[in-house]
Amino acid sequence: MTLPTLTNKTALPSPNRTLWQDAKRSFSKNRLAIIGLVVVGIFMVMAVFANILAPFSYYHADLAANLQFPSLAHPFGTDPIGRDELSLIIFGARTSLLVGFSVQLIAFGIGLPLGALAGMRGGWFDFVITRLLEVMTAFPGFLFAIFLMSLLGTGMLNVILAIGATSWIEVCRLTRGQFLALREREFVVAARSYGADDWRVILRHLLPHALPPLLIMLALGIPNAIFAEAGLSFLGVGINDPIPSWGKMVSDSLGYIRVYWYMGLFPTLTIALAMLSFNFVGDGLRDALDPTMYNQ
Amino acid sequence: MGRYILGRLGGLLIAFVLVSMITFLLMHAVPGGPFDETKQPLPAAAKANILRKYGLDKPIWEQYLRYMWNAVHLDFGIPFQSPTETVTGLIARVWLPTLQLAGVVILLSYSLGLILGIIAAIYQNTWIDHFVTIMATLGFAVPSFVVAIWMILIFAVSLHWLPTGGWGAPENYIMPVFVYSLAPMAMVARYTRVNTLEVLHADYVRTARAKGLKRNTIILRHVLKNALIPMITVLGPKIPDIATGSIFIEATFRIPGLGRYFVTSTWNRDYPMIMATMLLAAFLWGITYIVTDILYTFIDPRVRLIDRRNV
Repeated sequence: MTLPTLTNKTALPSPNRTLWQDAKRSFSKNRLAIIGLVVVGIFMVMAVFANILAPFSYYHADLAANLQFPSLAHPFGTDPIGRDELSLIIFGARTSLLVGFSVQLIAFGIGLPLGALAGMRGGWFDFVITRLLEVMTAFPGFLFAIFLMSLLGTGMLNVILAIGATSWIEVCRLTRGQFLALREREFVVAARSYGADDWRVILRHLLPHALPPLLIMLALGIPNAIFAEAGLSFLGVGINDPIPSWGKMVSDSLGYIRVYWYMGLFPTLTIALAMLSFNFVGDGLRDALDPTMYNQ
Repeated sequence: MGRYILGRLGGLLIAFVLVSMITFLLMHAVPGGPFDETKQPLPAAAKANILRKYGLDKPIWEQYLRYMWNAVHLDFGIPFQSPTETVTGLIARVWLPTLQLAGVVILLSYSLGLILGIIAAIYQNTWIDHFVTIMATLGFAVPSFVVAIWMILIFAVSLHWLPTGGWGAPENYIMPVFVYSLAPMAMVARYTRVNTLEVLHADYVRTARAKGLKRNTIILRHVLKNALIPMITVLGPKIPDIATGSIFIEATFRIPGLGRYFVTSTWNRDYPMIMATMLLAAFLWGITYIVTDILYTFIDPRVRLIDRRNV
């Protein structure tokens, strides 16, 4: 009995490199993407361990020490009610990342199944979804989020809901398009001919192939949501006090900026750094995963 | 062509009605209203009078139909926050600063972005190209209100060259225009660079070069023309966004424009203003999409709007 060796995977010729190995190699060569990844990692550590890392609590207001310029005790200064700006920025990372990731959860939680079913099933379901997508795109995105915030009221959960309300549209459109294009391909037809049911085809064959563009969308969706949160909070329709938010810190600084310049400078630098690093990671992923942008 | 445009306009109309319905329903579905007495309690009769005056005592579907009927006759009602004006008048007044700003921004960012993109493509992988790429990433990723704060810190707080905000004088334009132009300019430069690079390697450009045409002639006559085509569909639809979406700029530089007014309108539950602004944005958006699609066929004869079999 020497036959069983055939079922042994090691006996089969293995491909030299998979898409993911290629992507990993290309990503690790991308200096900006690696720097971005490191900075994103730092922000994540800040968000998770804010209680330990921040020198003060975000509700620790020392009125006797308000509006202090940067010093050793308060490297980024203090705000008008005596809160430590550095601590607010560290706790603000928690707000930003929480919103950034939660919105993606909504976007993919709604967009992925709807798009997958529409692309897979076709027919009346696809018709309804396509029309729904058309109508939703006609809503002016950020104006709609502001409008929703006025209805829902301010607060963390409502910020996530208001941004999430339109975030799933692009995910749905992309998933539908991918599935539509993939479903007639030979390997899917072959899988079907073996008797694979819809779920198996979706999970084992379609999803892995549609994964790279979806992953890129996920990576670039996070900074978009962070930007939207900062924007809503900047306009005064976002996160509630006393929870810190970078956007709120920037808008708070507007009235003080002529003298207390540090109040405007540090939060804006933080937002810029976060946006750039997340975008670098996203761009790096795109360069690494998108075979149509073949370099070298 | 006529049938195609008619069909698209029909689709726009349906989207329009749905946007208005959803906005209207959402506005009224949430508890609370524009005349809730938070500060001064009103006698019940007076409140009922106010509600009757604005038709808010009717069932929702009747309010909606009444609103749409008036809207079709170009009467968008009276803003609750400024009852001496009409919504149309108020929007015209507050949209003017936004449009003035947006006009300058569109002209400046699209022309500069175009030039930068082409230069970056021609001198690919030189310092000019890298500079444009860095500027594009900055303009793309960093929110406008962040750059606005930096500008204020440098030019208003440190150097005292420009006012921190306000509207009316020419110097009030400088910072808002610069900050607001960055993102669209970055986008235009990015697209132009990629498209130009693609066209530069096309066969017809090689042919033109082989004919012995001068480089500038090739760039103007062959490259520019063909690189512009795909940009129309990508960059055209951004124009309504620019014309309605300067909320951050208006908030940072204290410009009395439409975006800033929209925020106060939503907060005051000013139903007529919210509806009108949402409809305006949806309308501009829809029209721009149709216009860009039609424009596309005129510029690129390879594109046909209608399936040949139907003609």
